[in-house]
Amino acid sequence: MSQKVLLTSKEVNIILHRLACQLIEKHLDFSDTILVGIQPRGTFLAERLKELLEKEYYISKIALGYLDITFFRDDFRRTSKPLEANKTQINFIVENKKVVFIDDVLYTGRSIRSALTAIQSFGRPSEIELLVLIDRRFSRHLPIQPDYRGRQVDAINDEKVKVCWKEQDGEDAVYLINK
Amino acid sequence: MSELSVNHLLGIKYINKKDIDLIFETADHFKEVINRPIKKVPSLRDITIANIFFENSTRTKLSFELAQKRLSADVISFSAAQSSVKKGETLIDTVNNILSMKVDMVVMRHSSPGAAHFLSQNVKASIVNAGDGAHEHPTQALLDSYSIREKLGDVSGKKVVIVGDILHSRVALSNIYALQMQGAEIKVCGPKTLIPRHIESLGVKVETNLRKALEWCDVANMLRVQNERMDVNYFPSTREYAQQYGLDKTLLDSLNKEIIIMHPGPINRGVEITSDVADSKQSVILNQVENGVAIRMAVIYLLASKIQ
Repeated sequence: MSQKVLLTSKEVNIILHRLACQLIEKHLDFSDTILVGIQPRGTFLAERLKELLEKEYYISKIALGYLDITFFRDDFRRTSKPLEANKTQINFIVENKKVVFIDDVLYTGRSIRSALTAIQSFGRPSEIELLVLIDRRFSRHLPIQPDYRGRQVDAINDEKVKVCWKEQDGEDAVYLINK
Repeated sequence: MSELSVNHLLGIKYINKKDIDLIFETADHFKEVINRPIKKVPSLRDITIANIFFENSTRTKLSFELAQKRLSADVISFSAAQSSVKKGETLIDTVNNILSMKVDMVVMRHSSPGAAHFLSQNVKASIVNAGDGAHEHPTQALLDSYSIREKLGDVSGKKVVIVGDILHSRVALSNIYALQMQGAEIKVCGPKTLIPRHIESLGVKVETNLRKALEWCDVANMLRVQNERMDVNYFPSTREYAQQYGLDKTLLDSLNKEIIIMHPGPINRGVEITSDVADSKQSVILNQVENGVAIRMAVIYLLASKIQ
């Protein structure tokens, strides 16, 4: 097994600032916008962006929720290992709001497909966008593309993209792991 | 998340503490789901479940059906009163006929103890016991423990008294197994005639004085007197039973602490519990009903994930 650094801590930081600015460009004061971190790994990125927007760009009261997609996945009883559920925390109605899904890696697109169904339980958003840190260009199973991407990566199926966050893994970095 | 250690839920006796923890953890997620504006998830859209009730039921049947529908399973329900069982069909035949319509899971209530176990050994489907005679009622015990955990934070170390008709109660037996597994202390309380002999061998204590039992406990689970299972008179009169073992507001208020009042339903108001107690803020009876749906969703979801 070998691993290659795709993004260093410094690069992650620059990308986070760029993504925050792109969000501001589209959503201005975020009054009609809701950020939704996709469980389990999208929540770190979502929290980081919220913190950045509030502290560095002085946008207050950004609504942030966490969405778990376990019960909406299309591979129930089709995977060898049991699916692990996480907490959903959406304490607001998303009716007529602009929702931004936030996840760390976009790969097959199936998680996002599930998230699109799952969010409907909380109302009908006026629009849904997708923000990802890493967009794996190959092997998409569904016609889903990000609206905001940190970095596009060409990785083949045998390779794994691992996103590390300071909060959980001790450092901000992205690795390409060759199995 | 791991898996359940069993393929059927026949009774609490057949599962372990890890299974209970997993069911509770999963139920936490489903409790959040059933409080959403849209309370449905598509997980079980390719699963068909038959609810077969050979005995009357309102709450349990509705709760199971709702749980199954919230998980998007296809549901067929069947009550023995309107079925060919009355024409002399055997249990295995009835169920196998239903299964040949491609049913994956059977939820069954039956008046014979062991019926669910018998079925699990003779038919190819995942079986959930929704009550078998005076034997077990596992989902009720799970939702009772879950409600205690929700209210008191933990079941371990808590003192629970089960009051009433212990002899005919499947809820009592399942509760005893479930609570013990989680480290609670249990007493049973009722007239001697309604307490099974040798119940101490299960590790529970017997108390015939209701006041003493209530003063000892953190949680009181009040059971209904099951007249339909009684072939002889176990106590002189309902009035006398209510006086000796009925919980009223005066008794509740005279205790030196706030205990939690539970009841698996249906309530006979004025017999085992008075209306003002059943509707008091110490009562979690309606929370139990809400938790019942979440617990049954968890059980069905976890069992369905093991269907090949």
